[in-house]
Amino acid sequence: MLSFHRNTYFHAMHQYSSLKSVQSEIKEGKIQLVELVEGYLQRIEEKKHLNAFVEVYADEAKLRAAEIQKKIINGNAGKLAGMILGIKDLICYKDHNISAGSKILENYNSIFSSTVVERILAEDAIIIGRQNCDEFAMGGSNENSYFGPVKNDADNTKVPGGSSGGSAVAVQADLCMASLGTDTGGSVRQPAAFCGVVGLKPTYGRVSRHGIIAYASSFDQVGPITKSVEDAALLLEVIAGHDDHDSTCSTAPVPAYSQQLSFTGKKRIAYLPETLNSDGLDPEIKAITENTIKRLIEEGHEVEPISFPYLDYVVPTYYILTMAESSSNLARYDGVHYGYRSQNAVDLESTYKKSRSEGFGDEVKRRILLGTFVLSAGHYDAFYGKAQKVRRLIREKTDEILENHDFILLPTTPGPAFGIGEKTDDPVVMYLADIFTVQASLAGIPAISLPVAISKSNLPLGIQFIGKRFGEAELLAFSKYVLNVTKKEVV
Amino acid sequence: MNIDNETIAKMAHLARLDVNPNEQASLLKDMNNILHFMEKLNELDTSTVEPLIYLTDEVNVFREDEVQTEVSPADALKNAPMQDGTYFQVAKVIDKG
Repeated sequence: MLSFHRNTYFHAMHQYSSLKSVQSEIKEGKIQLVELVEGYLQRIEEKKHLNAFVEVYADEAKLRAAEIQKKIINGNAGKLAGMILGIKDLICYKDHNISAGSKILENYNSIFSSTVVERILAEDAIIIGRQNCDEFAMGGSNENSYFGPVKNDADNTKVPGGSSGGSAVAVQADLCMASLGTDTGGSVRQPAAFCGVVGLKPTYGRVSRHGIIAYASSFDQVGPITKSVEDAALLLEVIAGHDDHDSTCSTAPVPAYSQQLSFTGKKRIAYLPETLNSDGLDPEIKAITENTIKRLIEEGHEVEPISFPYLDYVVPTYYILTMAESSSNLARYDGVHYGYRSQNAVDLESTYKKSRSEGFGDEVKRRILLGTFVLSAGHYDAFYGKAQKVRRLIREKTDEILENHDFILLPTTPGPAFGIGEKTDDPVVMYLADIFTVQASLAGIPAISLPVAISKSNLPLGIQFIGKRFGEAELLAFSKYVLNVTKKEVV
Repeated sequence: MNIDNETIAKMAHLARLDVNPNEQASLLKDMNNILHFMEKLNELDTSTVEPLIYLTDEVNVFREDEVQTEVSPADALKNAPMQDGTYFQVAKVIDKG
């Protein structure tokens, strides 16, 4: 599977399993952090065809590695020292370009850093580059990027999922140790499932949205994409918590997630029969979900079917609300203050219309038009208002299930990674691929995708657990346990 | 319900977008398909349900209203497609003829 590597340290790094071992090997002089960075840079070069990175920060990553190496040896390094990360092209990093996968921001240079970037840098993470994604996070296949589609490293004819497709592939293909993505309706969890890695969407309000290019503000959350639950816990611990720049960000204290990963006891878990009986569910995904249920029952947990009558309504509700919010959020791209301006503009109105029409891709324009429609006079109540009411029903029913159960277990996706170009003809077919991820997004609660199996055609498969509001500590500890008990036993 | 080209033109104007005439037919088809899909929500009785608007339980946080310079004029202008060092520049708005 791996090509020849000249860099011997790279080989050691390639077995990257935990940050702790990297830190101790650096301390013992077995690894130089700069060489570790060079190994990843070489790997990114070798895997260029995946199109995972939009831009690589080679020189500054090496400079930073030298500084952090000293800190590790001196014993004054931060929690993320030794971690080499990529960030989705939707997360602002001061003095670095950020494009949101769009022509309209092709040459935009960020004038400030997002809170999450400030926090990971303060803990000595190294950011190795920015990662390809669907334009303004609108998509589930990474085929809507101005910088071209991303390929799944398990099979280059398949999509990596989206919208954080580049971020998931980068972890899958060992182009970095972990990534920060964003999840609006599954954009961290679904690509994580397609790429065989861990993807966590935190509770709405757990992580600051300051400096995250907005798609749908009542849904968007930054989430880690990692090889292990331990790294997801550590990253969440660093990025979560109150921020003066985001009034929707919770003041609730942040637990030391990485220290609370030991799990004991028995849990009550609900699974939703509607998800297992839904049309188009891949038989292998059905089998791994059922096997996980069986395995957990054998381990002494109480796992029972609980009806969720709104499954057929989650995707339409999600798209009405997110299209409405995006039509409003994307009004700021006007060709005047920043971003692309059409050369064909002759007056103010044509500056707006031509810049936006030439700068945005087709899916983004379609969502802006539909969002404008569902918010317009005469249609607001029938679409937007209706969806806000159904959102309450979905949230209340989900909360009710979680009052009596610790977690909800369901597939992450209806099928494994699909072919590039396979679903681009019909937007509704593409939207239905989100059916299992949007419930947690509508309810604003945490959910995680765990890589539990590989399909017969060698594609990664994931299962998903939804946890209680601000119950990330319990969700992460249980996830680590689930990966241990299902190891190589499922399928 | 079905929307027509006139509705699309009206939405496009409100959203300050131009619709490419070559793409009008496929856009109309896709938008109608998506709207029909969304109309599924009409199956649910929501007459006694309040809309869910805020996803967080956080209350408003007050602070002193102090002047802070977080973005310098130079930074604010640096990504502008056209600027003269002080102002953003746009195409002529009033034609003096």
